Amino acid sequence: MNSAIRRLAVGAIILMLALMANSTYLQAFRSNELNGRNDNTRVRDQQFSVDRGPILIGSTPIAQSKETNDQYKYQRTYPKGPLYAPVTGYYSFQFGRGGIELNQNSELNGSDPSLAFRRVVDVLTNQRQQGASVALTLNAAAQQAAYDALGSKKGAVVALDPKTGKVLALVSRPSYDPNLLASHDLDKASDAWKRLNASEDRPMSNRAIKELYPPGSTFKLVTAAAALSSGKYKPDTQVNSPAQLPLPQTTVPLVNENGKNCGGSNNATLTIALRYSCNTAFGTIGLDLKADALREQAEKFGFGERQLPELGAVASHFPGDPNEPQTAQSAIGQFDVRATPLQMAMVAAGIANKGEVMKPYLVQSVRTMDLKTISETKPESLHQAVSSDVAAQLTAMMTDVVNNGTGRPGRIDGVQVAGKTGTAQTSKERPPFAWFTAFAPADNPQVAVAVMIEDANIARSDIAGGTLAAPVAKKVMEAVLGR
Amino acid sequence: MSIASTSVIQIIPRSRRGVELMLLIVAIGVSVGAYVNIGITVQGRVPASTGYYAAGIGLLALIAHLALRYRAPYADPVLLPCAVLLNGLGVAMIHRIDLGLAANRVARGLEPRAAAAPQQITWTAVGVVLFLLVILLVRDHRRLQALTYTAGLAGLVLLVLPLVPGLGVDLNGARIWIHLAGMSFQPGEFAKVCLVVFFAGYLVVKRDVLTLAGHRFLGLDLPRARDLGPIGIAWAVSLGVLIFEKDLGSSLLFFGLFLFLLYVATERAGWLIIGGLLFAGGAFFASQAFGHVQKRVDGWLNPFAEDRGQVATGLMGQAWGGILGRGLGQGRPELTLYGQSDFIISSFGEELGLTGIIAIILVYTLIIERGLRTALGCRDIFGKLMATGLAMSFALQVFVIIGGVTGLIPLTGLATPFMALGGTSLVANWAIIALLLRISDQARRPQTPAAPVSDETIAMAVQKQ
Repeated sequence: MNSAIRRLAVGAIILMLALMANSTYLQAFRSNELNGRNDNTRVRDQQFSVDRGPILIGSTPIAQSKETNDQYKYQRTYPKGPLYAPVTGYYSFQFGRGGIELNQNSELNGSDPSLAFRRVVDVLTNQRQQGASVALTLNAAAQQAAYDALGSKKGAVVALDPKTGKVLALVSRPSYDPNLLASHDLDKASDAWKRLNASEDRPMSNRAIKELYPPGSTFKLVTAAAALSSGKYKPDTQVNSPAQLPLPQTTVPLVNENGKNCGGSNNATLTIALRYSCNTAFGTIGLDLKADALREQAEKFGFGERQLPELGAVASHFPGDPNEPQTAQSAIGQFDVRATPLQMAMVAAGIANKGEVMKPYLVQSVRTMDLKTISETKPESLHQAVSSDVAAQLTAMMTDVVNNGTGRPGRIDGVQVAGKTGTAQTSKERPPFAWFTAFAPADNPQVAVAVMIEDANIARSDIAGGTLAAPVAKKVMEAVLGR
Repeated sequence: MSIASTSVIQIIPRSRRGVELMLLIVAIGVSVGAYVNIGITVQGRVPASTGYYAAGIGLLALIAHLALRYRAPYADPVLLPCAVLLNGLGVAMIHRIDLGLAANRVARGLEPRAAAAPQQITWTAVGVVLFLLVILLVRDHRRLQALTYTAGLAGLVLLVLPLVPGLGVDLNGARIWIHLAGMSFQPGEFAKVCLVVFFAGYLVVKRDVLTLAGHRFLGLDLPRARDLGPIGIAWAVSLGVLIFEKDLGSSLLFFGLFLFLLYVATERAGWLIIGGLLFAGGAFFASQAFGHVQKRVDGWLNPFAEDRGQVATGLMGQAWGGILGRGLGQGRPELTLYGQSDFIISSFGEELGLTGIIAIILVYTLIIERGLRTALGCRDIFGKLMATGLAMSFALQVFVIIGGVTGLIPLTGLATPFMALGGTSLVANWAIIALLLRISDQARRPQTPAAPVSDETIAMAVQKQ
């Protein structure tokens, strides 16, 4: 009998070892997988009650955590909520995170691998885990100016520093107050979430980077860049520019907005064509250069790539295989050309920076609470979109637009502005989009800006687009230039 | 192997009660330490109830210890401290989850529910009283052999009690509870003890017949077909438990215990194989035929499926604990479903980590192996079988419940011995420890003529030789 009992004893030990092996697998090897699960309340709750680092502009917090007496210990607050909402995003218990709160989450809550040493120190000194602060590139004055200038109009503004790619302003209207979603009164937060999502104005959609719009005539900058870069065109090259341009394969001609030819000429120069934003002239160029050349030029400005990884901007789009009439439409920013306001700001910024498009970025630096720098973003070149000669020619043409053409509302006293207007329509029923993209000062650019106003209740003409969008751009540029 | 060689094992007769006392002090110290630790981390102060808790656990342990000194001086010195440690830690964790659940309800503006820990301490007291009764009244475990068939009948009655209409209740999908006088009991916990007594007594008588070899097949001595009756009955009863009480755990426990004792009594591995196949067949059939078994298997294969089974929250708790744990009072075990009862091991995994879980499993292993050691040293067959059965009941129970909770095997509802919230199980386990101690006292006692040998045993010893 004893040998049987001994065998049972061994069997029992094997059973217990199996339990230990399985627990080891679960707690030592599978724990990361399980902790990463979305439905893991423990992880969410813990992160929600962490002393989350602030999001800063300079040394001013635009999102910060304040100690509370409730079970979550810290309340996230946004001192100027709606103004910065498209950038900060929100931080809610039930609905996750958005914006910088989402993309910079591991730094803000202190769980990022780069903060591992800091965490060890916190444990050893018996301090609570503290998140790092994230400083942004935004210019508070420019942001405020853009927000105020848009007012109740639906639209977006993006301002860049053309020399570095720093995002100076990123505004989307209508906006929302992230404080509502961060509320520890979970029922209130839930109500706010439902209301914001149900709103027809879609206040939580980020119009500056997450939505695509037809860029309209502002895309003529890309067509002009392609023309000048091809070597076949100079700013004074004359282009066929009748009131109506018959298109191959279709009976519908391309027409100029005002139904007349270009500045009184059927063969206007490139400069004149841009000044008056003549559709027929750029349609002619598009047909001449072909779709591939236009797409290539667009991609050099950043089309087709997802920009600004900090916020996850969507990629702007140039149609894949348009036929000839579609190519002519695309050359003036219609048909299926779609772009974010960020993208159009990058076009202006690229021209401003001698043809070199800088990679846009929003996070300037990440620092621990004792101000040790963890990361600092350095400017990076994205593409050389055009040569510096072509950039200079384009700059001259754009200053002409502002001084003598459709862009007059964008002029600033004492500062030479270079810009381009646009009015785009998707259908006859829908009000057009008003655009203006510009940079200043033309000879030493400090700021490039794109303004898009959705549902602009205006006549379908470029001059009207300039009237609406250019003053907003002007305010933003003045704010950056300190005027 | 002959009986003579079994009883020749030399044990230097030492009572080791002093060792037991030292170990008890350690066990009580660890338990009270855990309780204080929880108070400090959760409430920021040494809990006012510490005295009540420490006095309760300490006094009960001391009484049990004194009873052993008085009535079973040669009993195994490790079993009691292990039981006290598990019991004490269990109460501490139940208290910790009480605090967590109360905080959750307060945060939602609700009145906190009644705390479970004081209840568990009361049940511990009842358990220790039963422990004392067993030690004081059962002066010789061999007397229980006279109760073989009574125990068998009692075991069966207890087993089917939950099926009695008006008495039994469905709880969490299994019908293993009865409601009586406003309290609920799990009669299966005591059926376990009764059936071990029955199996042991029955096999002492029948082992010779069952040992007779039938056919030899693949190097195994298979029993004769006509001897398959008892195993057939045990199988049928365990399947009945599975089908009617929907309780795979108890079913596995009863049938497993019978098989192990049959194996030890006959030393024929063929019984294990036949029994194993029978059980596997029955379980497979049940998993196909019955929704509740199928559901358990699905929940095991896909713990995170849409209609999340019970296992998911426990697994996430343990993962959250990682290797060293969040620290007592610093995890969220209140988020684990049944974190005080079936899933208490997950709660420990969360707060004490892998380290804590392995330590707890080792304490269980100690109990099991000390129990089997008692069986080895015991001088009579009935005692050997009983000690084996009682020790293996811990092994099976711990394996089935911890394995189920940690996702090793499908989850079935057995109580985590000594730790899980629940009176019946706790009290029954104290009775089992008392019986093991009683047998071990006999086994380790210096051999004197005082130990009478039953006629049965002598008859068999003669036959064997």
